[in-house]
Amino acid sequence: MFRTLAEILGHGLKNRSFVIGGMMSMLFFMVAFLSYFWTPYPVENINIAEKLLTPSSKYLLGTDHFGRDILSMLIKGAQNSIIVAFVAIGIGIGFGVPLGLTAAARKGWVDELIMRFNDLTFAFPALISAIMITAILGPGSVNSIIAIGIFNVPVFARVARGAALSIWKREFILAARSAGKGQFKISLEHVLPNIASMLIVQATIQFALGILAEAGLSYLGLGTQPPMPSWGKMLNEAQTFMYFAPQLAIYPGIAIALTVLGLNLFGDGLRDVLDPKLRRSR
Amino acid sequence: MSLLEVQDLSVSLKTAHGLQDVIHHINFSMDAGETLGIVGESGCGKSIFALALMSLLPTDSQTKGKIILEGQDVLGLNSTQICSIRGNRIGMIFQEPMTALNPVQKIGAQIGESIRLHLKFSRKQTLERVTELMDKVGLPISRFPLNLYPHQLSGGQRQRVMIAMAIACNPTILIADEPTTALDVTVQEQILDLIRDLADSSGMALIMISHDLGVIAQTTQRVMVMYTGNIVEMGDTVDVFQNMCHPYTHGLFSAIPHVSASTDSKRKRLTSIPGQVPELHNRPAGCNFADRCPRASHKCRKNEPPATRVSDHHRVWCYHPLHQFESK
Repeated sequence: MFRTLAEILGHGLKNRSFVIGGMMSMLFFMVAFLSYFWTPYPVENINIAEKLLTPSSKYLLGTDHFGRDILSMLIKGAQNSIIVAFVAIGIGIGFGVPLGLTAAARKGWVDELIMRFNDLTFAFPALISAIMITAILGPGSVNSIIAIGIFNVPVFARVARGAALSIWKREFILAARSAGKGQFKISLEHVLPNIASMLIVQATIQFALGILAEAGLSYLGLGTQPPMPSWGKMLNEAQTFMYFAPQLAIYPGIAIALTVLGLNLFGDGLRDVLDPKLRRSR
Repeated sequence: MSLLEVQDLSVSLKTAHGLQDVIHHINFSMDAGETLGIVGESGCGKSIFALALMSLLPTDSQTKGKIILEGQDVLGLNSTQICSIRGNRIGMIFQEPMTALNPVQKIGAQIGESIRLHLKFSRKQTLERVTELMDKVGLPISRFPLNLYPHQLSGGQRQRVMIAMAIACNPTILIADEPTTALDVTVQEQILDLIRDLADSSGMALIMISHDLGVIAQTTQRVMVMYTGNIVEMGDTVDVFQNMCHPYTHGLFSAIPHVSASTDSKRKRLTSIPGQVPELHNRPAGCNFADRCPRASHKCRKNEPPATRVSDHHRVWCYHPLHQFESK
């Protein structure tokens, strides 16, 4: 059922996980946006004299082993996480959705081919394969985007196909066919708008997974390269100082956990809001 | 040359029991501007027949015979050619106006789509044509702006939008598959009037599919009574209704409930045709209606009855028609 944006927001404000998740995600995006203009200190600033400081009024969250400001690195890291996850989702939607729509429209051997290829991709654990891909292409943030993006493709293909198949059975598709439309036009003009809400929900969930994957790759040193800070890399570097400076690991850990939690809550809430049939009865 | 000629059309659908005959050797022809009713109970193949005419059957079904539209065999065309016929030369109205419109598309866009697709109109021309169509179907855009969504309209109004979509490109044939079944009686009347007027004024041929004999009587000149994918009786509507010959047609008529029957002091039970439509995989050898027919004889169960001429246009496929007439 279609509703206007205002109605969706109205419903959303009554949904607890939508509100809390939305606020957490919004904070995350705002922080990331802020980092384009301002961080308390430049993240490239190495100041060995002030290394491993505990939180103080000068460095709110302290400094790391190079004397860099932790808060600045967290803020800049949010920006990095967003870019990686965002582009990776773009790759997933850009390739996955057309594949899923094609599979649903053509059925038969085309469907089989696309879906079995999907299964093949799914058979490898995402992170292991991402490691493999970055190992082949070389570490770096672009390659980690590609690696994470590739694993978003089958996810979106599958969701799009499943949702599209159920739309194809609806009568208005028959009506559109009786008006002389081909499969391509129907997929684009009738099927896609009707499955958009499901894709949006999936995108928020994949976004959270993308952030986790990026942190994972960076932790292994395969993702973002210095001097660009990344939450995963901060965790990795903190490992060495775990016993005498545990806060170095705790801050990025909390940042990752809260962001992923917020996005998942938001995605959950959004699904409930967009699809009233799934809404739990209270 | 007739507008539409169906020759020996058979349709088989894939079911759990394999490929099953749903429509069985149908022959008929139709002239431009003519109105034809197809009547029969659920599962007699009416809707499948309509989908077959549009080539909209599932890909795993089998269609044999010929459907010749203005001299062109539709069944021999490739998918692009068929798409250029659908919506352009044949329009179709569906049963459920609630589900036959795309819920997330504005009605103006839905009506305009096929105009842009088939007639290659510009944006402005399309808008003019849509406005004209909305007027024609009784939804003047002063009260029903084109940016409404289907859920903002009532069932009858949605059916009017459906009709506007179907006639958007001035098709030569309009197929209406139970267009009023989902509507309440008062709205039903308006929609039927509208369809009939549109067909009259534009010279469109109309194929009206219904299980409601009243609807058929109101809208059509000729009628085709179908049972289990066969034509059992066909002729001018008035002739068939006044002088019905097939026991099945008679059964359909007796099954119409009458108001007087329930207000009588002695209430009568509703009449029904005994038994059920035989299942697809379990069709008897001879006449499919034999098991439910009060007049069936040994002969009926052995052979399929051939067409018998009743009058000039009236044919019946029965060994024991209700009226005796000289056979030629």
